[in-house]
Amino acid sequence: MAKVLVVTSGKGGVGKTTSTAALGAALAQTGQNVVVIDFDVGLRNLDLVMGAERRVVFDLINVVQGDAKLAQALIRDKRCETLSILPASQTRDKDALTSEGVAKVMEELREKFDWIVCDSPAGIERGAQLAMYHADMAVVVTNPEVSSVRDSDRIIGMLDSTTERAKRGEKVEKHLLLTRYDPGRAARGEMLSTEDVLEILSIPLLGIVPESEEVLRASNVGSPVTLSNPESAPARAYFEAARRLQGEKLEVHVPVERKGLFDWLFKKRVA
Amino acid sequence: MSFLGNLFAKRNTSTVARDRLQILLAHERSAGIGDSDLITKLHQEILEVIKRHVTVDQDKVQIKLDGGSNGCSMLEIDIEVPQVEKKKEASQSA
Repeated sequence: MAKVLVVTSGKGGVGKTTSTAALGAALAQTGQNVVVIDFDVGLRNLDLVMGAERRVVFDLINVVQGDAKLAQALIRDKRCETLSILPASQTRDKDALTSEGVAKVMEELREKFDWIVCDSPAGIERGAQLAMYHADMAVVVTNPEVSSVRDSDRIIGMLDSTTERAKRGEKVEKHLLLTRYDPGRAARGEMLSTEDVLEILSIPLLGIVPESEEVLRASNVGSPVTLSNPESAPARAYFEAARRLQGEKLEVHVPVERKGLFDWLFKKRVA
Repeated sequence: MSFLGNLFAKRNTSTVARDRLQILLAHERSAGIGDSDLITKLHQEILEVIKRHVTVDQDKVQIKLDGGSNGCSMLEIDIEVPQVEKKKEASQSA
């Protein structure tokens, strides 16, 4: 049974695309068939973060409009054979994405894959609505920062009201992914802590991705951080998040870079 | 010594952030769709303003607040203005 997962946030720049790529690759590395879809028509970037930008021939809109078959538009990742990408269109009008068309593509994808990970555009408009509409699960990416938390709250409200599941009277399983977290600053009271954000948003915690140089390093070379440096702190956070998505119960902690012998001393346990 | 005092007296900015968010979100979550108090208030106040300029029937003012399907709600105000008033205005402007 395929699972449709939307990675969403409301606010832009919090790490949706990075998280889609990293979680998609982490799930694919467990042997599951994974497709990551970019819903950001006009501003596609998932292909670039995944290092597939030069391999895009057809895109989601071509498939929706019947100009290409799904199999022609899917790009198989070169590093991980169970991972595929369905890019968004860079040139077309966003209105070209119709809800009927998306529904058809989703149906077809559900037959081929175990996980369908949808990278939502920022905002609360049509693109974001379409990205979340078919979702069984949602990862709400949030930075420990007031504007991001507020927008996440709005998105959580939408997941409960405007999705296909909500319309059937069912729930979308929601998970909080806290990104760009700085445990030091949170401890000094300079940044909203995990507890603060959880208390405000009251959805279960999927993981805490620490602020890390590795994330930019990975996007520079066009590789999900879980493929480029699986031992790094953010990659370990994403691997654990992926295991939780698959139903494992794991205690959440903030991974730290493995720099020296005393690494374990700084390992912080939260939630 | 005084800087130590400052250090302790100063409220953590994260606490400020949390409190601001809690107040704001409590407000945002309760406001909006289906708020009948808001609708009644709007109805009264809009009517008062219009009455200053034209005479309208109390029942000819419709205010609706819809929780739209695309995540934003729409405030719809429908006011029926009597024909006579319109003609008067038209002749004045002519």
